[in-house]
Amino acid sequence: MTAIMDELTDPIRTNAVRIERVSKSFSAEVHALDQVDLDVAPGEFVCLLGASGCGKTTLLNLVAGLDRPSDGRIELATGRPAVMFQESALLPWLTAARNVELPLKLAGIPRGQRKQRVEQLLELVRLGGLGRKRPHELSGGMRQRVALARALASTVDSAESGTAKDVLLLMDEPFSALDAITRDVLQSELIRVWAQTGASVLFVTHDVREAVRLGQRVVLLSSRPGKVVRDWHTADTDPDSEPELVDEINGALREVISAHATS
Amino acid sequence: MPTQPPDTVGEFEAGLDALDTPVRQQANAAARTRKFLRVVVPPLVALVGIIAIWQLLWALAFWPEYQLPAPLTVWDELWARLHTGEVFAILWTSLHRAVLGFLIGVVIATPLGLLVAKVNVVRRAIGPLLTGLQSLPSVAWVPAAILWFGVTPTAIYVVVLLGSVPSIANGLVSGIDQIPPILPRVGKALGAGRMAAARHILLPAALPGYLAGLKQGWAFSWRSLMAAEIIARSPQLGKGLGAYLDDGRSFSDMPTVIAAIALILIVGIGIELLAFRPAERSVLRARGLSGAPQ
Repeated sequence: MTAIMDELTDPIRTNAVRIERVSKSFSAEVHALDQVDLDVAPGEFVCLLGASGCGKTTLLNLVAGLDRPSDGRIELATGRPAVMFQESALLPWLTAARNVELPLKLAGIPRGQRKQRVEQLLELVRLGGLGRKRPHELSGGMRQRVALARALASTVDSAESGTAKDVLLLMDEPFSALDAITRDVLQSELIRVWAQTGASVLFVTHDVREAVRLGQRVVLLSSRPGKVVRDWHTADTDPDSEPELVDEINGALREVISAHATS
Repeated sequence: MPTQPPDTVGEFEAGLDALDTPVRQQANAAARTRKFLRVVVPPLVALVGIIAIWQLLWALAFWPEYQLPAPLTVWDELWARLHTGEVFAILWTSLHRAVLGFLIGVVIATPLGLLVAKVNVVRRAIGPLLTGLQSLPSVAWVPAAILWFGVTPTAIYVVVLLGSVPSIANGLVSGIDQIPPILPRVGKALGAGRMAAARHILLPAALPGYLAGLKQGWAFSWRSLMAAEIIARSPQLGKGLGAYLDDGRSFSDMPTVIAAIALILIVGIGIELLAFRPAERSVLRARGLSGAPQ
């Protein structure tokens, strides 16, 4: 009994995310995912890499609880995951601050605490003082930062856990619609926020460079059905060998894509 | 990993934010006056023009006086009614019915629209019916309403409701249909249950379409009421604008007929300008939609 309790509460032995033999089919012909196994350690930054149609978004939706797997198990050792999409998907009728406040409101957190938390989160994404702006008054990059703050706000399951350590961030190509300069800035911002919150991150992208820059681990998925092909530990890559690694992963990605030419 | 010191990144980012933020022009007093004039002058000129043509046609005496009275004769008729306060009694009779009927319509049509939009079976069952009813002139209901309820206020309200409910419900349905699919998913990801999602996401997101439905619903209420008041006459109903207009017809009194039509128009335009236009503008402005009428 105590052993089980330990396993549930011990953050070192429990993965933030454990995906076991997860499959997802949308119909008899369309198999999006096939027996995917993937673990994310607490505080780890994992990048899911793949060509279009590899089911990376599907996998993320399953982890986020927006969809159910056809087979297999997904276990989260964290609270409600924070989800970010390619579009900021801010509610256009609410100000930035109210957008961030909404998940706190939905969780039933009292007003005073909400205001304080919203301010903290906007400060975290360097948008303090811009809470009264509406989404259409913000640039694309700023909107994505509001979306990040809102996603982080949604991880508060109950009133008492304000600065939970077990935050899981699920990101679905959040920077792919941004221009190159803004993307670059937001990538370093994300690394800063990650370091500051100690969150575990599952980051979907089709950009190898981005995956290598951000991730501690890069996981390559094959396409139709999505399957884990390989993974690379990229955490301790020294800057000089980074281009080589990018080339290597690019090569593997090309192989996966070329395999579809015959079928 | 970031190689620059963090404050440099912050400054760079602040500069980027400043450059990327959409620029908004602040209107000063002079610009506002100009804008006001631009909005007010054209319709006034049009109105003056119409009255001038009318005066000219009258002066040319193409038609006999009982068919086309002079603008001043109509004004005298209106002024006399205004003087005795009769106009206000007539307006009140019609307006309170239209507003009350419209509000009941909103109360009925809103849950109906939600049901049609969100429950597939309901949509298939009564969706086409609602759209059909929307194009049926509600004056067609007057004979039935009179036979069912007699010449009573109930009959009038029934006609008004049959006119307004389909428009309001359909407006809400199309408002909900136009919600970007990402928004409900975001709601789910943020932890909204069914009810919370309806309140915090579905309804506010559907508001522009809903408002358009309300506007059309009001127009239909007002039209239906006028039709009902012209046809259904009884002391119990009192004298509304429709009855006033019908009086003009029965006494072959053209100035009364034109005065009544003018009053009906003024109410319609007034409600649009005082209620719906400002509501629509603030809703669209808040969302950064440029379709907002000036």
